[in-house]
Amino acid sequence: MTDHPETASQTAGPYVHIGCTPNFAGIHGVYPEDLGARMITGDATGERITLIGQIFDGTGTPLRDAMIEAWQADANGLYAGQEGADPHFSGFGRCPCDAEDGSFRFETIKPGTVAWPSGGTQAPHVTLWIVARGINLGLHTRAYFADAPQNDSDPVLGRIEHRVRAKTLLAQAEGSGVYRFDIHLQGPDETIFFDV
Amino acid sequence: MTEIPKGGYAARLPQNHPVALYPPYRTSVKRSPQAAPLSFPTTISEETGPVFGHDLLGPKDADLLHNFGPQDQSAIGPRIVVHGRVQDQFGRPVAGALLEVWQANAGGRYRHKKEGYLAPLDQNFGGCGRVITGPDGSYEFRTVLPGPYPWPNGPNDWRPSHIHFSIFGAGFAQRLITQMYFEGDPLIWRCPIVGSIQDKAAVERLIAPLDMERTLPMDARAYRFDITLRGRRQTMFENRMEGL
Repeated sequence: MTDHPETASQTAGPYVHIGCTPNFAGIHGVYPEDLGARMITGDATGERITLIGQIFDGTGTPLRDAMIEAWQADANGLYAGQEGADPHFSGFGRCPCDAEDGSFRFETIKPGTVAWPSGGTQAPHVTLWIVARGINLGLHTRAYFADAPQNDSDPVLGRIEHRVRAKTLLAQAEGSGVYRFDIHLQGPDETIFFDV
Repeated sequence: MTEIPKGGYAARLPQNHPVALYPPYRTSVKRSPQAAPLSFPTTISEETGPVFGHDLLGPKDADLLHNFGPQDQSAIGPRIVVHGRVQDQFGRPVAGALLEVWQANAGGRYRHKKEGYLAPLDQNFGGCGRVITGPDGSYEFRTVLPGPYPWPNGPNDWRPSHIHFSIFGAGFAQRLITQMYFEGDPLIWRCPIVGSIQDKAAVERLIAPLDMERTLPMDARAYRFDITLRGRRQTMFENRMEGL
């Protein structure tokens, strides 16, 4: 088969909200609800958690115009669309960062472990994808849970050569089911991004 | 036909994409990661993705001419149809892909509180729409030709006319946001955002040609924009099935 080159990415720009979260942007009456506004759509199984954070640029300033998406398995480690997946959990969330302080927030459940292709399992994680003005290709990363015992045997975390950076993929528990996952685009705490 | 077993997604090739740090696009300077990314083969976390059904769509979602203003009123500007096909890198159609689009109005003004351009808003134009590809990967929507506009970067930078696209394929590994440009626009090759793509052919693939065949006579011109997403490799098992 012929190989066709992938279409090039371009920045989402400062007005990404118009297309992706129009109700957030004040454009009402086109879509009834912004896509990805709710990850829990019913009586979902599992531990309710809140994943929060901010995205910082190389000067330490939070991005106030970014959009972040989350994709994760349900409490049993199954993704929406897979046989037996929780029908009350979409697994997909989309959050425009707050226009004042740049914070994002996902009301979700703690995911289960999922399979690694060549055997074994991956520790619970939430895939995150970040786009914004100034970001030319969407940034792909994962939030793991700092208090999860499975992290020690996770094959992705195990691949990190500079061990000092592994902590950039760990969401820290703040109590009451809240986990904080701050993202740094540059600097000494630069988050590990993936080209998976 | 039985389900064809598929392997992981082929790796994303950097030469098809813009560089992260492109100083002429000034905002990229402090927002571009500097460390090398971590590579690993796609797993179920990237090979699955949210699935959106046609029940998501309202009747006017793919009609930006009419999906914001009052009944029977149309947006101002040159009327166009944008259509094309979404395929993967192996040429297979991507059915069920959700495309979300957004754009400035015909005067180059966005409906957004952070927008400061002096061109006026159009009371009949919101600037967003969405469509899901059919079984053959095809899609189509109606809108107005967006205007070019100045933006705060260099002292006198202008964006070429463009429509933003957000695309969901079958797997989260295919997630993509891009911009479509219009054939013949002299601003394309002067734009620092376009310039962040170093390969001329990759830029040219973002430029939609006028498509007279699909033009609606006495109504709207048509532009064609085909999109290619990453694809999943076939497994060895499949190759043997094909009789190698």
